Amino acid sequence: MARKRRRRKSTADTVVRQVPEDSSMTSRKRARARADRRPAERRSGSAPLLRLEEVTKTYQMGEVEVGALQGVSLEIGKGEMVSIMGPSGSGKSTLMNIIGCLDVPTSGSYFLDERDVGALSDNRLADIRGRQIGFVFQTYNLLPRMSARANVELPLTYTSGRGRRRRAQEALERVGLADRASHKPTELSGGQQQRVGIARALVKEPAIMLADEPTGNLDSRSSEEIMDVLKSLNRDQRLTVIIVTHEEDIAAQTDRVISMLDGKVVRDGRTSRQSR
Amino acid sequence: MNPLDTFITALSALTSNKMRAGLTLLGIIIGVTAVIVLMALGRGVQTSITSSIEALGTNLVTITPGSSETGGFGEVRLLAGRAGAGRQEAKLTLTDAYALLDPVMAPSVVAVAPEKSSGGQIVAGGTDFGAQVLGVTPEYADVRNSKVKWGEFVSAGHVRNNSSVVVLGSGVSETLFGMRSPVGQTVRINGKQFTVIGVMESQGGGFFGGFLDQQVYAPLTTVHYRMSFDRTTRGDIPVDTINVQASDVESVDKTIEEVTAALRISHRITGDDDFTVTSQQQTIQSIQQATNAIVVFLGSIAGISLLVGGIGIMNIMLVTVTERTREIGIRKAMGAKRRDILFQFIVESALLSLTGGLIGLALAYGVGALLDGQQIFGEGSEPFVSVIDRGIVMLALGVSVGIGLFFGIYPATRAARLHPIDALRYE
Repeated sequence: MARKRRRRKSTADTVVRQVPEDSSMTSRKRARARADRRPAERRSGSAPLLRLEEVTKTYQMGEVEVGALQGVSLEIGKGEMVSIMGPSGSGKSTLMNIIGCLDVPTSGSYFLDERDVGALSDNRLADIRGRQIGFVFQTYNLLPRMSARANVELPLTYTSGRGRRRRAQEALERVGLADRASHKPTELSGGQQQRVGIARALVKEPAIMLADEPTGNLDSRSSEEIMDVLKSLNRDQRLTVIIVTHEEDIAAQTDRVISMLDGKVVRDGRTSRQSR
Repeated sequence: MNPLDTFITALSALTSNKMRAGLTLLGIIIGVTAVIVLMALGRGVQTSITSSIEALGTNLVTITPGSSETGGFGEVRLLAGRAGAGRQEAKLTLTDAYALLDPVMAPSVVAVAPEKSSGGQIVAGGTDFGAQVLGVTPEYADVRNSKVKWGEFVSAGHVRNNSSVVVLGSGVSETLFGMRSPVGQTVRINGKQFTVIGVMESQGGGFFGGFLDQQVYAPLTTVHYRMSFDRTTRGDIPVDTINVQASDVESVDKTIEEVTAALRISHRITGDDDFTVTSQQQTIQSIQQATNAIVVFLGSIAGISLLVGGIGIMNIMLVTVTERTREIGIRKAMGAKRRDILFQFIVESALLSLTGGLIGLALAYGVGALLDGQQIFGEGSEPFVSVIDRGIVMLALGVSVGIGLFFGIYPATRAARLHPIDALRYE
């Protein structure tokens, strides 16, 4: 596996990987050159799934400028299960928003699948969110008017129309909720709602699953269920999973923990998880 | 998002808050109903007037004294008639009328019916009645499409002999004699005795019907010599109006030309005409212009309520967008583009206003059906017929959808512009 061959450098806050590529090309040119190729082709190399280079994000809060991210560089490869930790205000949510293409960096670059995301229009960003990013939220964020299956179908209404119902049903089966497909979110428990949320993220077969405090609102038993679902998706389907959390025991269940403080990555290390 | 999904999403959003959607609909329903009903009322009146004029004969051409600047029809004509009374050139005479029968000068003219009116107080038994006495010739009945119910109309003999005979309008007959036939009875007009020789059919088929039924017809010569104080000029009898019947509707324009030419010659006119020739079509047109203005005015007043309904939609859509901020954030995170969100809300507001428009339309038909046949212009007036034509329907529906789109665009744009992160964070 690519992940196991990779050697981290001794300085913990960045992971630099050699990309075998024509050295005369800049990284941006490479990104453009590769943008037209099929994803399968692109992933066949050893290039990371996502790469951040000196990313900063500044918010204007009234008169004051707040630097939520102050130069973050990191790479995450396909099939990794990563957690991002840090106290509130550390910039982990901002980092998550940028990785999820909900926001663009103020400076620096973000390559997703070797494509420079910072240069894309609103519509292209929406398209990437619709096809490549699966969001799982702390508060589930299901639409209350719609059944579980309709909620799972939602991302597909914005991208592809074919076989929506079947694909939604399959995604619900994968999270073990096939029999609750026609229930409204209010008729489901918190754990079940979060599993619907995971199915909704899963249905588009995303490149990355981004989970923002996925267990934050759940009791320990439901938390365990959710983590089991995420871990099995990572293990069985090589799905890249990124979890933002402040719970040590959740982070401990992932392969790699990135710790944030004051808009910077302060620690990036592998956990002792021996699950494979 | 495909159109069907957008439509279903909008529909489910509306039905999830039925009370609110219903109240918003009400604004549009009231507006659309008001617009259609008022315009249908206006059109109904217009149709009624038009058909009553047409009932008098569509191939009718009338000639009145005075140039078209000073004399037209209606009040203007009356004023011009009086003002021109002292002027020789502003008069039409019986000779003018019969000159128009010349088959060389005016081949399109079929019949000519001059008339001369005079006011009169009619007394029969104990009842007296103020009516207009119209001096006519036998051709009048044919030319003006009037029929005799009882007895006979004024004959050539009556005209020749200045006979003291009258034909009563059906309204006059009813007032003076009830339902009985008055033929053979005697009435006094301005103190002089007249024998009733006939009663006309009711002309009640139109807006003016009631007015025409209140007239009394006498031989033209009788009216001139016994009831008016006009002097006979050069042995000729002045008349108020000359009715000319054209051979058919198509030859009306030609008739106007011929009649004008003939009169210009006999009046030796080189400059402005001292008479006005009006076709029934022109009369209808000018009345329609006037009533159109009324219809538009009524419609605009009702349109204000439609506008208020539209503002109601905008208001509710703004509330909806704010309420569903989080939903918008979720949808954007799931890959919804700006235009997906924009269309979702525009379709929602257009759907709202279209539904309101359709219900309003149905309601307007209902109100129209209630009004139909009612004598809304007072006792004894013509039964009303509302006219809801395709134009009105398309206008009302078009305007209501247009209002939905117009007032929906701003809230929808606001929704579409929301930043996904802000929207997701919204509590």
